[in-house]
Amino acid sequence: MTQNRAELNRNLAQMLKGGVIMDVTTPEQAKIAQDAGACAVMALERIPADIRAAGGVSRMSDPAMIKGIQEAVSIPVMAKVRIGHIAEARILQAIDIDYIDESEVLSPADDVYHIDKNRFDVPFVCGAKNLGEALRRIAEGAAMIRTKGEPGTGDVIQAVRHMRTMNKQIHELVSLRDDEVYEAAKQLAVPYDLARYVHDNGRLPVVNFAAGGVATPADAALMMELGAEGVFVGSGIFKSGDPAKRAAAIVKATANWQDADLLARLSENLGEAMVGINEDEIQTIMAARGE
Amino acid sequence: MVVAVEYISKEESDGVESGQDRHGVTGILAVQGAFAEHAAVLDRLGAPWKLLRAAEDFDDSIDRVILPGGESTTQGKLLHSTGLFEPIAEHIKAGKPVFGTCAGMILLAKRLDNDEHVYFGALDAVVRRNAYGRQLGSFAATADFGEPGDAGYIKDFPLVFIRGPYVVSVGGSARVETEVDGHPVALRQGGILATAFHPELTDDTRLHELFLSL
Repeated sequence: MTQNRAELNRNLAQMLKGGVIMDVTTPEQAKIAQDAGACAVMALERIPADIRAAGGVSRMSDPAMIKGIQEAVSIPVMAKVRIGHIAEARILQAIDIDYIDESEVLSPADDVYHIDKNRFDVPFVCGAKNLGEALRRIAEGAAMIRTKGEPGTGDVIQAVRHMRTMNKQIHELVSLRDDEVYEAAKQLAVPYDLARYVHDNGRLPVVNFAAGGVATPADAALMMELGAEGVFVGSGIFKSGDPAKRAAAIVKATANWQDADLLARLSENLGEAMVGINEDEIQTIMAARGE
Repeated sequence: MVVAVEYISKEESDGVESGQDRHGVTGILAVQGAFAEHAAVLDRLGAPWKLLRAAEDFDDSIDRVILPGGESTTQGKLLHSTGLFEPIAEHIKAGKPVFGTCAGMILLAKRLDNDEHVYFGALDAVVRRNAYGRQLGSFAATADFGEPGDAGYIKDFPLVFIRGPYVVSVGGSARVETEVDGHPVALRQGGILATAFHPELTDDTRLHELFLSL
């Protein structure tokens, strides 16, 4: 991948900022998402709540299903590959996907190595629970970062924890003397130049979204308040009572997250939210996959 | 270049006028997309700006508007739900300066050739969305803006296209300023400046300077 391509891929994430990326499983859902104002969709066969319920091995979606969604909408289409699954990533690049999510929501294909994303032309987004994970993924070529949250639970607590952890660690790194950054890079287990970038600029070198457990307009606004540059919504929309209305409300809440009067109106009469599972009730901690 | 965002520029919040020969504030549509990048360019030029998130943000201080890159379908919906569509449409109708980049060019176009939506419908051109295909079709190039000898001629401007549009046909009132592979990618029409590419993603501030001089 040339430097130029890496920059273009980071640039696409910049265009998604302030927006909502929605999980969809059919062309019809993709159209609902686009009509509600989604800035991109994530095409997958089963949304995280169903993956969690079904158990078993979860893999890349059928390319025919992804193509159907690409044909249905004009906004960017993303899709997931298993952590470390180089061949699945090559397949998605071959069908001209706009962004690959190397995702802990699917069963990991490799318990040691992530994909060397620098070898691809197509951009990747990766999950991170903290600054070290984020910078390791960026070193591997990720052009966008998201929190891991705990997918499919409808419980926002982990996304909050990851976003707060990331921002706290960024602030700590910024506060160091220049000559202390070498040791910080060692502690974080990240390349020095990336630690240095964060120290000098006070932010990641790529766009950082929230993901995992966002189910209401208020959840989206909370994540924006905590410094997310946009929001992924997985199961929260199409596992709810009125997906079109909830999707549009979350889009508006993300755009104007600091307007509490608007949030109050957007939160009214949305129908049933996804039931969700509390963090301590779940068996599989997806966020622990791939550090 | 990724930048953090504040709500109003230092110049605006301090009530300090910029050193250049301008008095108004640039309103940057900030419902979705890369609005912070435009604000960063204006900061470098010492020009005051204000983010437009809701109708009440569009006040009398605003004398020019930037429509940033992002997803035009998302921005189009939020333009209406926030009530920002009307004041910006009036601003454009009055012939005041507006600068649309990528999605902004789509919002300004009279017609799109692969989408039934029309937003401001002010730019006398037919524009094709995602004209270069998906993200693997995104590219960077260099070209001149305008012709040598023109006022506002810019030589060798860096062009960054991200799932960008291009212009399919141009009416009599718009003027083509830049072409790539035979397709117009920058137009001017009175106070309207529209580019299919993203000057705000580069370090080159010349197009923003031109816009501020309109």
